[in-house]
Amino acid sequence: MEATPPPFFKRGPSPAFRFGVFATLAIVLMVFDARFKYLEPARQAISIVLYPLQQVAAAPVALLVRVAEYFSDQSTLREDNVRLRDDALRQSAALHDLEALRRENTELRGLLDAKDRVSPDAIMAEVLYGARDPFSRKLIISKGTSHEIQAGVAVVDGNGIIGQVTRVYPLLAEVTQISDKNQAVPVQNVRSGLRAIVFGNGREGTLDLRFMPVNADIQVGDTLVTSGIDGVYPPGLPVARVTAIDRNAALAFARITCAPLGGIDRRGHVLVLAAKRELPERPAEEAEPAVKGRKPRRGTP
Amino acid sequence: MIPNTRPQEILLPVTTALIAVTLLGALLADLVPLPSRAYAMRPDFCALVLVYWGIHQPRRVGFTVAFLLGLIIDLADASLFGQHALVYVALLFAAIGLSRRALNFSLVGQSLHIMPLLFAGDLIAIAVRLLAGDELPAAEHLLGSVIGAVLWIPISVLFRLPRLPRTSVDRV
Repeated sequence: MEATPPPFFKRGPSPAFRFGVFATLAIVLMVFDARFKYLEPARQAISIVLYPLQQVAAAPVALLVRVAEYFSDQSTLREDNVRLRDDALRQSAALHDLEALRRENTELRGLLDAKDRVSPDAIMAEVLYGARDPFSRKLIISKGTSHEIQAGVAVVDGNGIIGQVTRVYPLLAEVTQISDKNQAVPVQNVRSGLRAIVFGNGREGTLDLRFMPVNADIQVGDTLVTSGIDGVYPPGLPVARVTAIDRNAALAFARITCAPLGGIDRRGHVLVLAAKRELPERPAEEAEPAVKGRKPRRGTP
Repeated sequence: MIPNTRPQEILLPVTTALIAVTLLGALLADLVPLPSRAYAMRPDFCALVLVYWGIHQPRRVGFTVAFLLGLIIDLADASLFGQHALVYVALLFAAIGLSRRALNFSLVGQSLHIMPLLFAGDLIAIAVRLLAGDELPAAEHLLGSVIGAVLWIPISVLFRLPRLPRTSVDRV
């Protein structure tokens, strides 16, 4: 100990030591983030610092998009306009129908003494960017807790379900898309009424319909809508269309691939269905259902 | 091969402001939203600039800065909290270790030193995410470190500009 002379300059701890300290800290943070949810205050604090920076970084891109829109030619605009008028006309006719049906439905439900369907409040939000993390499929949208968005609510666009809000910041929210590996959506086949669960597989543009028997009543082109039994997604929202079915009798289950209907492009506006449905309390002794992600797949055959 | 045969020029000292501005610029560059196809291949500018200062000024940029920068990027990317922090701290440590060696090479030689470094950073991130239960990313994700290594050359030229002597010799 006495043999080493004192250093000429005060340098503090060596880089290796500092690296060790910070690496340990980072690993502890990751474990806490992945296993427990203790780090939300730290995330919230950093998100407030981050928000203006994100705005600054996004400004040139937004400007470019706006300039490109400005120079989009006359014919495109006219075509768009004609198409939108057409759509509006067709939809207004459908709306009249819907109004009559809704009244009828309310009466029938009243007769049956069933609980009314609640139509949730929708909050419009803009997709700011698709998160860069290559391991998961997330979008960042422009509304957060200050707009009364809660974690867990569903996010849709004009064509169908995009995903679920998984984390909320004061001014932003993270949406996990249904194609994320850890997402599952309970669905119902519109044609046959068959219930199933659609799983994301981490790739863009495909979903898996797992654990369906080989002889299940499913055809290519069937539309799947949310069944609403999970209490997260309201019932009846379009989710996916079946694109391929591989009925191999050697396997226990058919391999069914679907294409998601919503969230095709990552820009534009989305609707956040703000109201969570009020469900009865879950019975205490029930085992946890394996519906919402985070479940190890190893155990299942 | 004889290193250090090229004439060494005397540059102005690096100010803390220069380091801060370049790191902020890298952070902003990382935050620019891009179309989804381009996301996979995007180089990590923060990592690149941290490695730059780690190699050029091993005593100036601290592990705390790298750690906090990593946490900010984690939040923006919606990745695991601490994942980029670990990668950046490891990259800075490696860069400090390389600082005596890498600067003896030409810019191309330096960029060939940087490539495996960035690549190792990616591998750390992948290992962490595999442990956390995620799947492997698309293969083109690894292209980001190659592009980052190529960007080392323009970044080195760019970051030297503010340090050139104010009055050039032939003007005196």
